[in-house]
Amino acid sequence: MENKLGRNLPDKLMNELHFKPFETTKIGNPVFQRTAPKVQVQNGHDKLKDDLKQVVKKNVKDGMTISFHHHLRNGDYIFNLVMKAIMDLGIKDLTLAPSSLTGVMNDMVIKAIKNGTVTNITTSGMRGSLGDEVSHGILKNPVIFRSHGGRARAIENGDIKIDVAFLGVPNSDRCGNANGMEGPAAFGSLGYALMDAAYANKVVLLTDNVVDYPNTPASIRQTQVDDVVKVDQVGDPNKIGSGATRFTKDPKDLTIARAVNQVIVNSQYFKDGFSFQTGSGGAALAVTRYLRQAMLDNHLHASFGLGGITKPMVDLLEEGLVDKLMDVQDFDKAAADSMKNNKNQQEIDASWYADPDNKGSMVAQLDIAVLSALEIDTDFNVNVLTGSDGVIRGAVGGHQDAATAKMTIICAPLVRGRIPTVVDHINTAVTPGQSIDVLVTEFGIAINPNRPDLIKQFQDVPSLHVYTIEELAKKAESIVGKEEPLQYTDKTVGLVEYRDGTIIDSIRQVKD
Amino acid sequence: MGINKTAMDGTLESSDIQITVSKGTDGVQISLESDVKKRFGDDIIATIKEVVKKFGLDNVNIKAVDQGALDCVIRARTITAIQRAMDNSEQPAWEAL
Amino acid sequence: MAENGERLRRTMMFVPGNNPGMIKDAGIYGADSIMFDLEDSVSLAEKDSARNLVYEALKSIDYGDAELVVRTNGLDTDFFEADVKMMVKAGIDVIRIPKTESAAMVEEMESLVADAEKEFGIPVGTTHLMAAIESAEGVMNVLEIAKASDRMIGIALSAEDYTTDLKTHRYPNGLELRFARNMILNAARAAGIAAFDTVYTDVDNVKGFLAETEYIHELGYDGKSVINPRQIPLVNQVYAPSEDEIKNAENVLAAIEKARKAGSGVISMNGQMVDRPVALRAERVMKLAKASGLIDKEGHYIGK
Repeated sequence: MENKLGRNLPDKLMNELHFKPFETTKIGNPVFQRTAPKVQVQNGHDKLKDDLKQVVKKNVKDGMTISFHHHLRNGDYIFNLVMKAIMDLGIKDLTLAPSSLTGVMNDMVIKAIKNGTVTNITTSGMRGSLGDEVSHGILKNPVIFRSHGGRARAIENGDIKIDVAFLGVPNSDRCGNANGMEGPAAFGSLGYALMDAAYANKVVLLTDNVVDYPNTPASIRQTQVDDVVKVDQVGDPNKIGSGATRFTKDPKDLTIARAVNQVIVNSQYFKDGFSFQTGSGGAALAVTRYLRQAMLDNHLHASFGLGGITKPMVDLLEEGLVDKLMDVQDFDKAAADSMKNNKNQQEIDASWYADPDNKGSMVAQLDIAVLSALEIDTDFNVNVLTGSDGVIRGAVGGHQDAATAKMTIICAPLVRGRIPTVVDHINTAVTPGQSIDVLVTEFGIAINPNRPDLIKQFQDVPSLHVYTIEELAKKAESIVGKEEPLQYTDKTVGLVEYRDGTIIDSIRQVKD
Repeated sequence: MGINKTAMDGTLESSDIQITVSKGTDGVQISLESDVKKRFGDDIIATIKEVVKKFGLDNVNIKAVDQGALDCVIRARTITAIQRAMDNSEQPAWEAL
Repeated sequence: MAENGERLRRTMMFVPGNNPGMIKDAGIYGADSIMFDLEDSVSLAEKDSARNLVYEALKSIDYGDAELVVRTNGLDTDFFEADVKMMVKAGIDVIRIPKTESAAMVEEMESLVADAEKEFGIPVGTTHLMAAIESAEGVMNVLEIAKASDRMIGIALSAEDYTTDLKTHRYPNGLELRFARNMILNAARAAGIAAFDTVYTDVDNVKGFLAETEYIHELGYDGKSVINPRQIPLVNQVYAPSEDEIKNAENVLAAIEKARKAGSGVISMNGQMVDRPVALRAERVMKLAKASGLIDKEGHYIGK
């Protein structure tokens, strides 16, 4: 079958897994019955354990769904520790449902797939060797890719039913009161993990830092936690920061960032009390710096900054240019420290951040989102998941969610090396063009024809070179040449959910 | 016509291509390594072949290690490598330009 | 003097001739002129490689409205002849003569360029020239150099070699360059061609770069050589006219238009006569204002 974007979906799998094809970005006002976790009652006296294997053995059985968070990014020690214990116990046929998978987990996941420990995966994304293996068909069942908001929705409504959540935390007391802010492995917001803590049947905390009872402020509460396991080290503090958050000196990124800033400043949304989300890529970080100057020049300030928080956003908060930071994750140490020290930086969970099926998430209040793209087609549909070779090398992240902002700007170079970004056909549709408003490249910008108001606002701005997206696609092709079509097998290796749970695209096994 | 010497041009930097030409006996043989081979491999080889033809070479081995070079870079690197192999670097290769 | 109108030359960006990544992207930063270097940034062993690369790039990459310049190797090198021939064939806008010390050097270049134009069927005179002044000898002869050929469009100070020749080096305050900067500027103006200031190598020192650019702007230079694209918006910021300048220029042009419609030879504005220098300055201000994005399509000030 084909969905509304014309993406081909595998009928058999769609029926087997009871998926519906994507239709629209509009969510409407449906009524849902949420699920609730099973609770095994205890008085909390005997939660603290030091034998991980025993805890795993007690809780994890063949065929279960287990989860992790990715707040420790490439500094994570927990995932590999737990997965090793699971494999040692010979547990099989698990569904892995982490908030995302980072490079440090790749080898272990591949091993777990090969020996039958893991047979299903749902995640925001994957990169490197794991993406490569999955794209070459290592897993029998397709990976289900979900946005951060989509995962929160799926957990709430039971699409993802987590049996055991293993959550690394930089501190906890003996009963499971924990936060992400103190301790050697502090990473700031626990935003994604809070969903697992609230909805998993069993919640196991792992920490290297057991503190006095009661531990406050508590983001994860003792009422949610079954076990607290003491481990040697939760993570490598030097690798927790994403590393992507240094201020770029790349002239192309800066050129793009300046143009993004011009788009923002010349839009109807740049007024006192506006709100914004910028990502952690090179250009996006630079946008935040330019935005700072524009706010100073125009004597206005923002009501909130949203999403993954970075040092440039913290600088705005401290300067009084932003009233609040709504923080689902922290990309660097400065952002993590700020969450601890600044009461105006609020930890939010993934549902509060981006869930389409609740009573109103923060992304629904967002004025401006600045997002990236691996590819964008002439209908403004965006791919952030697969590379030009068709191999999975990215993450849905909050892309689909933040794109519901009143003005969503995609910033990306027109070409990367010989790889074109603006193309007639993208390999994988992740975020529908319906929710994308402006594309900014180093050559110029393109405005979605469904936004005549923005076309009017930008077309006469002297510093903005406005093209149609077809013209930009043509320009890209004139630089790099015409791409040969990719060859795939018939096997589906991934299904990409839109944030509402419908299927926006499928990913097939690449042919080499 | 063929060449007798091995010569090289280009680097392994991004957007470049390293071309090594050497004596061949079995026509024009091109081996290509590239991250964009799936999407542009045929194009890259065609571009190299076109330059080789302009020099009138019938027998040559070419190794191309590509880092996402554009066509103009591929042409320039191939021309330079061939000229070097022919000890003819300071006389512009008008036949190939 | 070559057809020189009032082309803006605020920035001349240096691009190493053997760097495919930089050559590929050179057009996206809004430089008024792009200078591909076959000389100092290319090692002796790579001269052929850079020459072929720049040639192929000029043949296929779209650099928009930028003026394209090539710095060839010196007249005393083995590479020079091939450099000039290939660049002329590629259709380069301007050849920059390195280490220019006399009118004779410009003439030598001119005759080689003319020969190449004939050889490749290009109308003689198409290829422009500019001279880099890099020595005391060059500074002392700068007027004859500037006037040496109708193809000349500009002269540039190249301060690294020049300060070495003077037995000094570069200082932050630029006092060591005062004489040369004034000589070059005055020679350029006397010849009716452009004056380009030297590069500023400390790319991360924004404050120092801005101070130097403000200084040469005040002297009257057309623009500055830049070695990193990040310096381009800074130069443009210095060269952006003020609101008062733009509004005044608008009034001057309106007065000219009014006089033209009335068929009057005498143009006056607020009781003052508008003479040719005033008119030319107004045109230049409006050109800068347009390039700086400070006026709308109708030529009215819209602010920053």
